[in-house]
Amino acid sequence: MPNRESHTGFDLERAFLLEISGLLLALVLVTVLAAGAGAVAIPGREILSILWSRLGLTHAPPYWPASHEVILLHIRFPRVLGAALVGAALAVAGTLFQGLLRNPMADPFIIGTSGGAALGGALGVLLGARLSVLGFGAVPALAFLGALGAMVLVYHLSRIGGQTPVVNLLLAGFSMSVILSYAMSLILILNDRLQLNTRVVYAWLLGGIAVSRWSQAGVIALLVLSGIAWSCTFGRSLNALSLGDETAQQLGIHVERHRAAIIAVGALLTAAAVSGGGLIGFVGLIVPHFLRLLFGPNHTRLVPLSALGGATLLVLADLISRVAIPPTELPVGILTAFIGGPAFLFLLQSTRRGYRF
Amino acid sequence: MSTIEVRELSFSYNGRPVLERISLVVGAGECVALLGANGAGKTTLLKLIGGTLRPTRGSVSIAGTPLERLSRRDAARRIATVPQVFSVPFAFSVREIVELGRTSHLRTFAGLSAADRHAVEQALHLTGTQGFSNRIFNELSGGERQLVVIAMALAQEPEILLLDEPTQQLDLARQAEILDIVSDLNQSKALTVLAAIHDLNLAARYFGRLVFLHNACITREGTPTQVLSPELLHTVYGSHIQVLHPSGQALPIVLPLPESERHRAQLSCPVRETKEK
Repeated sequence: MPNRESHTGFDLERAFLLEISGLLLALVLVTVLAAGAGAVAIPGREILSILWSRLGLTHAPPYWPASHEVILLHIRFPRVLGAALVGAALAVAGTLFQGLLRNPMADPFIIGTSGGAALGGALGVLLGARLSVLGFGAVPALAFLGALGAMVLVYHLSRIGGQTPVVNLLLAGFSMSVILSYAMSLILILNDRLQLNTRVVYAWLLGGIAVSRWSQAGVIALLVLSGIAWSCTFGRSLNALSLGDETAQQLGIHVERHRAAIIAVGALLTAAAVSGGGLIGFVGLIVPHFLRLLFGPNHTRLVPLSALGGATLLVLADLISRVAIPPTELPVGILTAFIGGPAFLFLLQSTRRGYRF
Repeated sequence: MSTIEVRELSFSYNGRPVLERISLVVGAGECVALLGANGAGKTTLLKLIGGTLRPTRGSVSIAGTPLERLSRRDAARRIATVPQVFSVPFAFSVREIVELGRTSHLRTFAGLSAADRHAVEQALHLTGTQGFSNRIFNELSGGERQLVVIAMALAQEPEILLLDEPTQQLDLARQAEILDIVSDLNQSKALTVLAAIHDLNLAARYFGRLVFLHNACITREGTPTQVLSPELLHTVYGSHIQVLHPSGQALPIVLPLPESERHRAQLSCPVRETKEK
């Protein structure tokens, strides 16, 4: 039977390559924009020339001030790369959780995973400052344990008779977030008494891209890129799992095994994101949601598209947070909350009627 | 073609026995209806055979192989289920849903092969859903959705098809349409069919053998004419049900007796067959 309009099917073909290239182009554009903006403005052409000469693609004599090259290579690029990685990690984690939990409102921030990572990370910052290796030390490791612990706990608390009703999950996630956030306050207060580096932790928690050195960006990049690559293998399972555990199993998916792996990689991505950017909410919520509206719900495409979309969004948000009211730098978490919070409420309002669990 | 062999199967839920020492053989290419009151364990039995529940005791074998020795993937290539509840949280298209039926045949990154595409087209064709294969599943009517779920099950190219209340909430014409498709598949593809169903008249017309579940056991099984008696129906449903035998019809018609007429009926013949001349 001839059928050429299989664009609604699950094939990777031209439409998908087009979508990927479009988002990639958007990411490159905002990256150049973000690298150029700041106290010292650097024109886009100069950025590309510096990049080309650094990569050994051209051997033209430098026409730009040496200070620009230093600013770009040692301050702006690590920062922009950090923002891109954090955004990609959050968006992919959101996509994973939304598919697994069959709910377009799941987000690492909302279901407590970020809170767990933050608590672990804060302990890492406070206790492990002296054992820091590669500029990061104990933070990503403790953040991962925190994220995994919170996620596993929330998942099991909301599981009843082999099922995970989504309402239970969101309530369990909310309660967990509250407990974790007060645990964090307690640590901050105790820490104040002991006169350690509270301010660092506080600023980090509000959500600000803390990546300022290549070594840090390298650690985050390793975690995030491997996490995203791993996530891409779950496209098909997520499609099946979004029909429910039993149907997924009847379709041949080893549900328990895939679920455990998806939770683990989601926790890994969340931990990497929280290590690099503190508590940044709603990126994992908005990005998959809008990409789904644009390109459909197929997870084999949604996972890689979310990575690019999340990176683009956070580079842009980080840029705005840096230049909005100079010389003050707004924590990017405040910005994403102001954009994402209302978007979440709108989503809640508009899907309320048609909501089926 | 595969047989289903259920041996001494027991299942309890929170200490309450739902099924006790059930034994049932469904032959290859047979078309069997599972009947019983609400909560009699029909869905549970289907889930035990489909492998989504594990029995407390006893075993299920598919074509001689114990179910627990089959991997999820292998089981999914042999048994497909049309569940009672099927909800899709995202805006998947009909074709995407049907393609999900191929999950057990695909590798992680490989696209659909020619064989996969053929199976999908075949499934769309057999269920008459190819006309709206690009529409969004959640925007379809109940009857259309049920056809799509059946198409997804068929795309698995199973040997055994399990259906849980495939006709619920559908109008009469749609009920007949669904069951016509199922019995066609049973005959043309020699698909082994086991369906839980509530409508006794439809069951009698479309299924060669009826199996009644009651009190966690199989109370009665046999051809419609053998088993459909007022006594059995009274035992199973605990209510007064008339079994009518219209002249010129091979199959009886089953109807519940309204309470207002029950007294009169009891006076004349408590629970006996009423024959219509």
